[in-house]
Amino acid sequence: MATTLAKAEDRIAVTHAARIEHVSKSFGGPAGRQLVLDDISLDVAPGEFVTLLGASGCGKSTLLNLVAGLDRPSAGSIETPGGRPALMFQEHALFPWLTAGKNIELALRLRGVPKAERRPEAERLLELVRLGGSYRKRVHELSGGMRQRVALARALAQDSDLLLMDEPFAALDAITRDVLHDELTRIWRETRLSVLFVTHNVREAVRLAERVVLLSSRPGRIAREWTIDIPQPRRIEDAAVAELSVEITEELRGEIRRHGQH
Amino acid sequence: MASTETTVKADTNDLAGLEAGLDALDAVQVRRTPVREVLLKKVLPPLLAVALVLVVWQLLVTAKVTDEFKLPPPAAVWDSLSTMWLEGTLFDVLWTSVSRALLGFLMALAIGTPLGLLVARVKFVRAALGPILSGLQSLPSVAWVAPAVLWIGLNDSMMYAVILLGAVPSIANGLVAGVDQVPPLFLRAGRTLGASGLKGAWHIVMPAALPGYLAGLKQGWAFSWRSLMAAEIIASSPELGLGLGQLLENGRNNIDMPGIFLAIILILIVGIAIDLLIFSPLERAVLRGRGLLVKS
Repeated sequence: MATTLAKAEDRIAVTHAARIEHVSKSFGGPAGRQLVLDDISLDVAPGEFVTLLGASGCGKSTLLNLVAGLDRPSAGSIETPGGRPALMFQEHALFPWLTAGKNIELALRLRGVPKAERRPEAERLLELVRLGGSYRKRVHELSGGMRQRVALARALAQDSDLLLMDEPFAALDAITRDVLHDELTRIWRETRLSVLFVTHNVREAVRLAERVVLLSSRPGRIAREWTIDIPQPRRIEDAAVAELSVEITEELRGEIRRHGQH
Repeated sequence: MASTETTVKADTNDLAGLEAGLDALDAVQVRRTPVREVLLKKVLPPLLAVALVLVVWQLLVTAKVTDEFKLPPPAAVWDSLSTMWLEGTLFDVLWTSVSRALLGFLMALAIGTPLGLLVARVKFVRAALGPILSGLQSLPSVAWVAPAVLWIGLNDSMMYAVILLGAVPSIANGLVAGVDQVPPLFLRAGRTLGASGLKGAWHIVMPAALPGYLAGLKQGWAFSWRSLMAAEIIASSPELGLGLGQLLENGRNNIDMPGIFLAIILILIVGIAIDLLIFSPLERAVLRGRGLLVKS
């Protein structure tokens, strides 16, 4: 255990995988400019698993898009020293004209991996998400859970230090979601990736993360943070997970209630 | 520590088994239709319809609904066909028209594709040319024959010009529609993978737009064939060689009704055959590969 940690620190010399400093974002609308994110500052340490938790309208997906570089902040700065972060969506976003394996190979190709190395690397990544025999499968031949695992493998193919996940399991059934939580924890611990995971599911946040960041809504501000030291692998039904989930849910409901008071 | 190690191990083994079970339960079964069923459901009905048309046709002739010179019996048309076959002119006539149409179509493809991409991706070009392209689609290509003959003269180039004016708008518009229907999620996913600009067009936009593009090609072929027939019927000249359109026009000049029927039937068969042999299989392969072919 101690040796793997030391190795991870060796590999990554920088002190953060993502540094978000005083970031604000507003969008122009028919009712004038609307502030969506207000002065967000957040660091994700190398190898850290952080979940961003919040109700609708807290701008958590907006923040993820900013970190992914798909949009620019109105104010403040975002650094990702490891290069362009990998991003996983709620929908699998796999390309239906390619097989599972070729989807991963496209990511490798766009990263500049030489042709001869792509196939074995794609096979290795499929093996990592336990879909060894699915190289030739078409996207529509895979179940929802399998699609998200291929999407995870494709995100890993980008070989980024930082993986951004935008409610990737929200559309799955509860049994599959549980299994994918275990799977993600296993892969995160094997690869020592930094993960920034967005969700509105409190238990999911507590089940997965080392740190939970609660965002308030309209505008999104950091309301509170919890560091979670329940040992992994956790289960979503663990008493400690449930207990902390109750506490965080109370806080989240308090944030939501404030919006009904005026 | 040792105890946690073993539980971790047990857990992961368990997880792999659980996952394999879930995958097996959830996996989508893709069934291919057996050949017999295809024959029964897809091939038999159109054959029956053709047989029915022939029977009704023969009945009308037997009942002497009209002069035999206006409605020749199927046998007379068959005789015209076998005469052409025996004279060895059948394939020449077919090839003259089909080669023109295919070559014209390929040229329309080469022009329509980059044009469609430009209209789809460059806002100014779209604002300028988009409405014109849509308008051109509704203009019957026969209209172009008159100016084309005066500009270019009575030769093969005139035929190609008419085909291009008919087919290019269809192909370009099909591509524009295909590009417009690319889900934004694919573009975002592509950008996070590093595919933007030309790389994005090549790896994401083009393949994602392929179904719409193919629909445009299919329509483009239909327009090519129609335009060519219009051109061949109107503009006949000995130097142009005998195509299906001229065959039809000759039938009119010689008051040869079986010959006219034969020409119409051949034009129809070629149009259907090219669609059935080239475009439909292509379209089905693309749609099936993407799981978009709904089996009813």
